[in-house]
Amino acid sequence: MPPVLQVTGLSKVFGAREQEALRLADEGVGRDEILRRTGATLAVHDVSFTVERGELFVIMGLSGSGKSTLVRLLNRLIEPSAGTVQVDGRDLRALDDAQLRSVRNDKISMVFQHFALLPHRTVRENAAYALKIRGVGAREQRERADWALRTVGLLERADARPDELSGGMRQRVGLARALAADSEVLLMDEPFSALDPLIRRDMQDLLERLQSELHKTIVFITHDLNEAMRLGDRILMLKDGRTVQLGTGPEIISAPADDYVADFTSDVDRTRVLTAGDLLREPRMTARLGDRAGDVLRALGTAEANGVYVLDDRGRIAGVARDDLLARALQEGRTDLGTREVVAEYATIGADRPVVEFVHLVGRHTVPLGVVDDDGRLLGVVPRAAVLDALSAVPARGSVR
Amino acid sequence: MIPHLPIGETVSDFIDWLLDTVPWLFDAISNVMQVLVDGLTDLLVSPAPIVWIVVFTVVALVLRGPWLALYTLVAFLLVVSLELWVETMQTLALVLVAAVIAAAIGVPVGILAARRRAVSVVVRPVLDFMQTTPVFVYLIPAVFFFGVGVVPGVVATILFAIPPGVRLTELGIRQVDREVVEAAQAFGARPGQILREVQLPLALPSIMAGVNQVIMLALSMVVTAGLLGAAGLGAVVVRAVTQLDIASGVEGGLAVVLLAIFLDRLTGAFGQQTAVSRLLRARGRRASSAGPAEPASRQDENAPAGAPASA
Repeated sequence: MPPVLQVTGLSKVFGAREQEALRLADEGVGRDEILRRTGATLAVHDVSFTVERGELFVIMGLSGSGKSTLVRLLNRLIEPSAGTVQVDGRDLRALDDAQLRSVRNDKISMVFQHFALLPHRTVRENAAYALKIRGVGAREQRERADWALRTVGLLERADARPDELSGGMRQRVGLARALAADSEVLLMDEPFSALDPLIRRDMQDLLERLQSELHKTIVFITHDLNEAMRLGDRILMLKDGRTVQLGTGPEIISAPADDYVADFTSDVDRTRVLTAGDLLREPRMTARLGDRAGDVLRALGTAEANGVYVLDDRGRIAGVARDDLLARALQEGRTDLGTREVVAEYATIGADRPVVEFVHLVGRHTVPLGVVDDDGRLLGVVPRAAVLDALSAVPARGSVR
Repeated sequence: MIPHLPIGETVSDFIDWLLDTVPWLFDAISNVMQVLVDGLTDLLVSPAPIVWIVVFTVVALVLRGPWLALYTLVAFLLVVSLELWVETMQTLALVLVAAVIAAAIGVPVGILAARRRAVSVVVRPVLDFMQTTPVFVYLIPAVFFFGVGVVPGVVATILFAIPPGVRLTELGIRQVDREVVEAAQAFGARPGQILREVQLPLALPSIMAGVNQVIMLALSMVVTAGLLGAAGLGAVVVRAVTQLDIASGVEGGLAVVLLAIFLDRLTGAFGQQTAVSRLLRARGRRASSAGPAEPASRQDENAPAGAPASA
């Protein structure tokens, strides 16, 4: 099965001397130089990527990076100068006008930065817009639109007009319009950029929730790397119309491809991007149930630690052995490390959880935060120093892991 | 020395040629206009004035509210007392016919100009020419083509009134939010659908402002039409000027102004919400916002987002 969206060597030049500008771009000439020599603007050059079914793919770039052009090339709102866009294996550029309209109508939906709702139609009519164009019956239109509005939590306002709604609500209508079309691919052109920060967070939560239920294939445009890191399964960093880096959020943070990306990542809220798994360290020592208490206490002295995780025979955490308690046990003549000698003074977290969820647990106990799998087995630990190191704002290339 | 270019003679020859070649065309246009204006005048004049005064007042009340209704009542009663009712209705008929035809030509041309750059480039200088040529220059060919009477007046009025219809329609469509048009394209709408369902509705206020201008310009041509022998307030004013009759000049002029204000305020309402639609909207909103779920969604919108996304 072909990927839902496959983009190969996609380029766009605005201006008369298109081919000449493309040739220069292929030779590696920069955007400003091309403009000076041909009078044509190189908006996007030689961008290739594939988006798999159910993936949330983020295209990230500053204004002028060509990201808005790029997303419009994906449904041919802008005609590409070179390259191909395949949706479900069909080359969009080979389609005639009628076929293109039909693909836009039921395969690719779009959500716009400034909502782009029809002000003279009700919220419900706006949500049903794609279906109306498709020529679906009035009853089905209504059912689908109401389902979409309920999904985004706006069914109560179905009879209102867009100008009676707040910005966040309007974008919910924009989202409902795209959902009601029931298309596989969702293009989102900076959908939350025009919203207040708090509303933006709500909308990001909404999108994450929808995505976990509906598994759409989403191409999401943003200029906000925090948003990109938070939402994106993979991120394509775009600069001057060219791909700078393509990878997952943690990959980009830990190994920025160049100074441009590194500059960006220094502003990222790492607590939401980096997970316990990213900061994982091998514990310096662990003990087992049945070990000799004297050995453990000696080892603690050598390691200059006050406590140690004690694991059972399946590698699960049985508890923590504290040096003072071990010493008392020895005094009282108990030489084997049994369940009675360990205490439950520790905290654990799943490997996939972001730093923001466990930062308050770090450094609370004599042992570092334990990272466990679903069965409670100890995978590693996150010492406080590792968290502080990862969060320090210095764009430290490759030093995070 | 710069030779004299025979532009005037050429146009004159061209008009002669037209008259020789297609006289039936001008006869047909002439007849249609005459029938339209006469028919509408009969309709307006034959019942007792009070019938139309009541109708106008009710229309003003529905479209604009009580103040314009009051103005309408007083203004038309004043016209009756000036004994200019018939002339005023003749003028109204001429203005309405000219304005409807001018709008019927101007709005589609404006739509074309907004959609096709080439049309816009060609149309713009033509409009400049039509708007700035002194009005009396139109009258000469109009008389040649259509003789004297109401028809050349209507034709000259139409030519004069078309430009704002074209310009404001083009402007209105060009000013429609690009993203909304893009959204319609992105969901697969056909160009015709985009025009009908997006561009025209959103450009309506501007188009209606154009129609309003068409009507006002048509009215301003009334006196000129009177020069050509069209009956109505124009004729009253022209007669007053030629006889230096201050009294009837003032009365004729006043009637034009009263009619102008009525038409302006009434048509100014086209692009906006009417009193009736406002009432309907308000009622609809009350009904739809009465549900208990509305506060919940509002709260949802403002939910505190400081807490971590999930536990």
